Amino acid sequence: MKTYYNPEDLKKFGNIAEFEKNLANKFFSYYGEVFKDGALTAREKSLIALAVAHAIQCPYCIDAYSVDALEKGCDEAQMMEAVHVTAAIRGGASLVHGVQMMNKVKELTM
Amino acid sequence: MSEAIKSLRSRQNALADSFFQLEVLSKTTHSHDDQASFASKLRMSNLFPLKPTGIEIFQINVGKMCNQVCKHCHVDAGPDRKEIMSRETMKLCLEGIKKTGAHTVDLTGGAPEMNPDFRWFVEEISKLGVEKIIVRCNLTIILANKKYHNLPEFFKTHRIEVVSSLPYFNAIRTDAQRGDGVFEKSIKALQMLNEVGYGKSDTGLILNLVYNPSGAFLPPSQSALEVEFKNKLKSNYNVDFNSLFSITNLPISRFLEYLIDSNNYDAYMAKLIEAYNPSAAANVMCRNTISIGWDGWIYDCDFNQMLDLKVNTKHNHLSDFVNEELLNRSIVINQHCYGCTAGAGSSCGGTIS
Repeated sequence: MKTYYNPEDLKKFGNIAEFEKNLANKFFSYYGEVFKDGALTAREKSLIALAVAHAIQCPYCIDAYSVDALEKGCDEAQMMEAVHVTAAIRGGASLVHGVQMMNKVKELTM
Repeated sequence: MSEAIKSLRSRQNALADSFFQLEVLSKTTHSHDDQASFASKLRMSNLFPLKPTGIEIFQINVGKMCNQVCKHCHVDAGPDRKEIMSRETMKLCLEGIKKTGAHTVDLTGGAPEMNPDFRWFVEEISKLGVEKIIVRCNLTIILANKKYHNLPEFFKTHRIEVVSSLPYFNAIRTDAQRGDGVFEKSIKALQMLNEVGYGKSDTGLILNLVYNPSGAFLPPSQSALEVEFKNKLKSNYNVDFNSLFSITNLPISRFLEYLIDSNNYDAYMAKLIEAYNPSAAANVMCRNTISIGWDGWIYDCDFNQMLDLKVNTKHNHLSDFVNEELLNRSIVINQHCYGCTAGAGSSCGGTIS
């Protein structure tokens, strides 16, 4: 069955350099730097990446950062809490706009 | 709840046969590709044939009997395994330790403490005056029977370095790999070891823990995970330990079975091969270690022992080995060796690069 997403394509991420080497090299170099231990640990960054992956609903990123989080020593509970952070922010982002709706409704009603 | 498992041997599983395991390892797509053979990788790193740097560690497997049946066990150990080192072979080991001049003796199993001559053997090794004696204690054995309750005191008397597996600081991960209830008992055993001074900074009694992944993924950074383990074990259980060793699971025996059954085998092998690290390869433990089987045969490491790959020398039994032959041997390698060279590398003492 043909699909837009193919798990095998994840391994080919580096191939984007084939069409534009200079920018790809800069991106991958930057990417590598971002995920190193710094003010945040590599483990903390992996959990953030996992949460963001769920926010942007990128199947490649969810695949990659589920593995990466395990290999950074995270457990199932920590990983699911990260996904709940995504859900809370996404849900909250919708709900907080409820205030905008209320403002408009109050403006228009007696 | 994890399901109770039995040894491959007792289930008459084909993987109980080391020849079959080697066949599985050799038939992977990756090993057909010469670039992916472990030998070719070593050749590219100028390490082929792999030669020893000395004999510093004398590792002895005193038997395959164990009170646990861990899902990933490379020994295929369990209560049904009756292969136990005899006192006669232990005497050959004592001679062997003297003959090689190894500074460290590393006792493993199964649960080494289940060998009826274990304490006698430790006492005799102590008399040899080696620098370090390690016992790979699975922790739960301390609580398994009244006769083992004083093991912490026994270890202390002989200044044994205790190395114990604890795959995670929670019960879910630990029990999934090592059996239901193992985490709780392990914590109790660690507290008993702490009580006699193990893992405490001022006693010199060393208690090291071993992490290995509960699944088909590579281990995390040893130093980062050690911080996490120390914090969690201290705050949740008031447990202290010295160092954490992070170990990669090798694709043999029951872990190989898990990989095949869970359809993770090909991806795991590809991951190990991709993560090949030449500096880890230069420091693999087989270069300064020899491994002795329960029946006195000599191997390059405990993994080769379980695959029945004896050292490549004319005399490969404790009864007649020749030091010079061992020092000049070429170490026997196969595709499973990728487990020791992936990422930061792996050995019985943790990462190696």
